[in-house]
Amino acid sequence: MTTVSSASPAFTGKDPQNRLFGPLPDVAAEAGYQEDHPARVGFFTDTSVCIGCKACEVACKEWNTLPMDDSYGTRDTLGLSGMSYDNTGQLGANTWRHVAFIEQVRTVDLPMPSVGPPPDAAASRRDGIVDAPDEAEPGDSVVTAQTSVLNAEALSEYDPQTSQSGDREIRWLMASDVCKHCTHAGCLDVCPTGALFRTEFGTVVVQGDICNGCGYCVPSCPYGVINQRKDDGRVFKCTMCYDRLTDGLQPACATACPTQSIQFGNLDELQARADARLETLKRQGVETARLYGRDEDDGVGGNGAFFLLLDEPEVYGLPPDPIVTTRDLPAMWRSAAAAAAMMVGVALSAVLGSRRR
Amino acid sequence: MTEGITTPGAGWRRAGGSDVAGDGVRAYSNGAGRRRKGGRRGGRKGRGGEVPMVEDVEFTSYYGRPIIKPPVWKSPDVPLYLFLGGAAGSSAILGALADVSGRPALTRVSRLTAGGGSILSVVFLIHDLGRPERFLHMLRVIKPTSPLSIGSYILAPFSAAAGATAAVELLGWFPRLKRFGGAVAALFGGPLATYTGVLLANTAVPSWHAPHRELPFVFGGSAMAAGGGITMAFTPVAEAGPSRKMAVTGAAIELAVVHRVENGHGIVSEPFHEGRPGTLLRAAKACTAAGAAVTVVAGRRRAGAVVAGALLAAGSLLTRFGVFEAGMASARDPKYTVVPQRERLAARQNGHASTTTR
Repeated sequence: MTTVSSASPAFTGKDPQNRLFGPLPDVAAEAGYQEDHPARVGFFTDTSVCIGCKACEVACKEWNTLPMDDSYGTRDTLGLSGMSYDNTGQLGANTWRHVAFIEQVRTVDLPMPSVGPPPDAAASRRDGIVDAPDEAEPGDSVVTAQTSVLNAEALSEYDPQTSQSGDREIRWLMASDVCKHCTHAGCLDVCPTGALFRTEFGTVVVQGDICNGCGYCVPSCPYGVINQRKDDGRVFKCTMCYDRLTDGLQPACATACPTQSIQFGNLDELQARADARLETLKRQGVETARLYGRDEDDGVGGNGAFFLLLDEPEVYGLPPDPIVTTRDLPAMWRSAAAAAAMMVGVALSAVLGSRRR
Repeated sequence: MTEGITTPGAGWRRAGGSDVAGDGVRAYSNGAGRRRKGGRRGGRKGRGGEVPMVEDVEFTSYYGRPIIKPPVWKSPDVPLYLFLGGAAGSSAILGALADVSGRPALTRVSRLTAGGGSILSVVFLIHDLGRPERFLHMLRVIKPTSPLSIGSYILAPFSAAAGATAAVELLGWFPRLKRFGGAVAALFGGPLATYTGVLLANTAVPSWHAPHRELPFVFGGSAMAAGGGITMAFTPVAEAGPSRKMAVTGAAIELAVVHRVENGHGIVSEPFHEGRPGTLLRAAKACTAAGAAVTVVAGRRRAGAVVAGALLAAGSLLTRFGVFEAGMASARDPKYTVVPQRERLAARQNGHASTTTR
């Protein structure tokens, strides 16, 4: 066990144990916990069954006694965002669960901008109805249109968020966003005081009695989760209800969720469940379903809180390809050392190159 | 994350969002975008037209809201800290070398600059904290993954040594201790001036993270221009030769590397040209270039040295403000977060190596 965490990889860039970047099988052990620590826990947020009730937001505020704020994080003001049913706006110091609302339309009788081979489910359905021409032929657009109509029907059949009227299809995307509790957490890496720490459950938590409000974690989070409470000076974010976990309870948001959109559990079990759910949705023809934060080879080594989304991540306000900033830190330190050496060199040659009086 | 990419969005658009400027799907077609598009077209030709690309790069966001949180660091506290730390660091190096090479006036001015700058920079850094009374928590742990932690262990010994050296310089006590203090300060001076580049680069702020190899050199060069300029202005011209040389070299390095930062990183270089940061950086370049020119032409005259020193210090200060503001601007616009990440994903899918290096 090491006493100085992540010491050598940060300077040398030699990171065989993936302490800065990459998949990490046991994140709590890497942080120094003994063998018998609890399993890593997490959230699986299945947005395909979210009904936008905001029970998670309310439960979180209640349990964690978070102050009221408007959609821009201003304390003690009541304000409407004016953009959708979303008056919470964003995650921040006072908002640890945020339900995003996106109303979308599409025309179903026009060819969709479909690229590449259609999914197997759609292809097999199509084969039963139309005489499928070769995929590369120019008449492909007709088939794509047919496929998309079928897909729309499949969607409205299986997806409670979608409805169709005439040639237009309307759906509401709702997604409860939360701190991702990354495998490689930027906020945790850059915290100079040790206020942010990795718990025995593999989550990332701020210690309020240590934080001195330097604010470094705020721009270091690739998801824009953690923020400073201006009147307090310190930073705050989701703790995955660390206090409840230590008492054997579920986090407040997962307990309150009426549709099991927010599922709490051991991370490996959640991952298996999410893979199965994605499989089901794909089979039902929901071709835009995808998992976000599930991939352990992504830029943050996978998330402790991951999502099933029905559109691109940025539609929900999530970064499409987040990378923990510390991955590039060895290169930065080398650059800083070289620049410091350059300064000494320049000063030395300036002194040696000047005539003495 | 790899699911569903083959049918991006499947035709879904935000209801009523396409005609609302500033949010929803937005196209960008400015200078950086055009350049990028040109590069892409070439790439597509190379692979036989199988890579699907839209002509105008569009990006989606959640009602135009930023994805990452803009830094909560205050202006002018942090830019001033960057400037003062840099000027103090380079002055400390110069002071120690001037001491060894027997230039008493330059030594004295350098030590006072280093000491004053370091004490002031500590004040600004503590004032920027959300809980200033807890500033000593910075020395609670040491974390190589946190530039601010390492920076605290650079700033603490530097400001102690440089401040004490400046104090005994003023009082005229302990000449041998003075030399030792000056040497310790010189040891930490270079790291103090360049670690601040790492401090800004090691964030998710697009316009700071992308030039992460250049920023330490920008700040190092800028520090030498400022330190050289300030010491040149207060030292008799006969002794100030090293100051002039360091200032001109530093200014040249600053200008060259800033040029790379401003032009070498595609769309995330854009905030360095536009709006307030663009104005600040143009002013910075003008001041730095003019300061270097005046140093060369009239640096050996008293008035010339003072004017050149003031210009160089102003240039360095404006550079810090410009870089700081450019980062803030890039954090506030989701474009700079989404577009580069989309391009990275597309490159990975098309089998290119990742554009970011490890």
